Amino acid sequence: MNELVPTHEIGPTSLAEPIWKIRWKLTKRSLRQNWEIFKESRIGILGIILIIAFGIFGAMWPVMINTVWDPMVYDPVVGFDPMIMHPSPPSASHLLGTDPIGRDILAQLMYSTGREFLLGVLSALITVVIGTAVGTAAAYYGGFIDTFFMRIADIILLFPFIPLLVVVGAMVKLSFLPFAIIMGVLGGFGGITIILKAQALSVSVRPYIDAARVAGGSDFHIIVSHIIPNVLPLSFLYMMFSVTSAILSEATLSFFGVLNIDMSWGMMIHTADVAGYLFDFAKYWWLWAPAGLAITLFCAAFYMVGRGLDEVVNPRLRKR
Amino acid sequence: MRRYVVGRLGQVILTLLIYITLVYFLLQAMPGDITMMYLSNPKIPQAAREELRTQLGLDQSLFMQYISYMKNFFKGELGVSFSQYPKPVWDILMERLPRTFVLFLTANVLSFYIGFVLGKVIAWRRGKAIDYAATVVGITFWTAFYPLLALVVIWIFAYNLKWLPLNQFIDPRLWSTAPFTANQVFGNMVYGAAIVGVGIFCIFYYLLRGLKPSRRSHVQAWSLTAALIAVALVFAQRKGILIYIWDITRHMILPVLTLTLINFAGTMLLMRDSMLETVQEDYVMAARAKGLPDRVVRDRYAARTALLPTVTSLVLSLASSMSGGMVTETMFSWPGLGQILFTAALSNDYPLATGALAFTGIFLLIAHFVADILYAVLDPRITYTGQSGV
Repeated sequence: MNELVPTHEIGPTSLAEPIWKIRWKLTKRSLRQNWEIFKESRIGILGIILIIAFGIFGAMWPVMINTVWDPMVYDPVVGFDPMIMHPSPPSASHLLGTDPIGRDILAQLMYSTGREFLLGVLSALITVVIGTAVGTAAAYYGGFIDTFFMRIADIILLFPFIPLLVVVGAMVKLSFLPFAIIMGVLGGFGGITIILKAQALSVSVRPYIDAARVAGGSDFHIIVSHIIPNVLPLSFLYMMFSVTSAILSEATLSFFGVLNIDMSWGMMIHTADVAGYLFDFAKYWWLWAPAGLAITLFCAAFYMVGRGLDEVVNPRLRKR
Repeated sequence: MRRYVVGRLGQVILTLLIYITLVYFLLQAMPGDITMMYLSNPKIPQAAREELRTQLGLDQSLFMQYISYMKNFFKGELGVSFSQYPKPVWDILMERLPRTFVLFLTANVLSFYIGFVLGKVIAWRRGKAIDYAATVVGITFWTAFYPLLALVVIWIFAYNLKWLPLNQFIDPRLWSTAPFTANQVFGNMVYGAAIVGVGIFCIFYYLLRGLKPSRRSHVQAWSLTAALIAVALVFAQRKGILIYIWDITRHMILPVLTLTLINFAGTMLLMRDSMLETVQEDYVMAARAKGLPDRVVRDRYAARTALLPTVTSLVLSLASSMSGGMVTETMFSWPGLGQILFTAALSNDYPLATGALAFTGIFLLIAHFVADILYAVLDPRITYTGQSGV
């Protein structure tokens, strides 16, 4: 992000201050400026609002289960309400109704929110860390490393992810953590590497890289403190898009019942589907609509934030 | 140009080999083999299972098995399906490939075109209500939960309005007395549609060129198009396959609609971004200063350049649109590659699953290849030496 702030604006008086204070001020200012640009795209703001709403919703789960809700009835996986028929439509005690085996839909929805956050952010982090490291290394060193990783990316781009994971998942049931890691690793060596490499390539031919090299900086030093900071904004942008694709894949695979996950939004729809309630679509709307909307809105929120960040990272998209 | 194509072709074949190798070993690494399916069958004792293993060559080393699989793969022998025994995998896949191909092609072309048109319009009217509306709606569809979107589409158009059939590829009541097989009719239909499509493209290309096409050429173009379609329909009617074509088309509409809804936003948003960059170029301003009509500046000057990055990203998104296609096929019981892959995976039918995955890969590779060549043709700045980073 440092790149976005012209450094010559620091006055001579600030030289008296310790270096960390100047850095802190610079960071603060660049954040504020970027926030101003981000604010202009209403799409990005809409995304932020949605993410915060989901965050609050997910954070309410431990509070609710420890204070208001009886764990015997409201447990998202093994809860059961013996007092009524299931699936029951929304009522005062079950605000979004219950599923075919008597579990509260709202509790499931809340419980899953936190886990979707974890899944999305974890796999996106893995993607971005791998993508940035590999992309910058390929751009900086070139030659064999470059060709090797670009060919890997080509092959991964070729893989139809979901069919492949369905085949793998149907044979060995993947659980939560391995799935997040597989998604992250496959994403990291895939398309994102190519994009980040292109960015790193355009950074690595700038004069200050040569200057750093002349000043005696090692390869590692140049990559870590000069190239990566300039690639990071783009990495962060693609992290948002990776969250979307990870969550969507999880939901689709859960829906087909090939993941070993006890509860997620996709799983909720899967439960309704295998019990046959999706055939009477409109009558049992509470079985699929909350989870389906949650998936779509959650993914859309991250995507919108990504779109907003796009205008920060890419100056050519800004309004004139 | 030829050197570029040959170079790319070499890369494609190499990638294909690596891909099939990966798929093969991935599925080999999965637990169990065919003899495990008979484990609980008391009529097949241990000795018989051992015999079966020897006959199938499963007792050989993994590497030898791999060599013989690859040899057979290029002879077109992919083994025999377990779940549809004794049908060869090749036959099953060949029967289904055209259906997936047509679904994939139609939906991608449609969504690309819609995305292209919408993208350039909303970029031109940046910041207006239509920009925000199209972006939000587009993102919602783009990130929609595919299976559920398919269900909603089915529920609205097939269940409630009863306009279109629920799922499947054909209506068995109609086809039980048909003198043709579904694939024959389907093949004819695809060829016919291709010829008509090329015809319409030519008509519009020749009659509506120039800055301001006259009213007369508009009328001519549309009437010629109508005449062409009418001739095709009459021809099909004379052959007696019109009613069957109509049946297949009716079954195609909903899957194509779903896939288009899922995919169009990707192109739209990219086209918007790319267009926003292009309209700042000097030559666009020059065209405006010359006094050209707004529409001409937008369509002929800005959009053509803005199209290129969009085509690149189309290449990158082919695999994910294939994934979406597979989900769509499964939801609509469309008997294509994706559906058979899913069925095979769930019933542990390894030869069929390997074959289907390999075919999906080949399919995508060819699509990549075509898109790359298309890109090279579209962009005159690309050199065809085939050396570095095209």
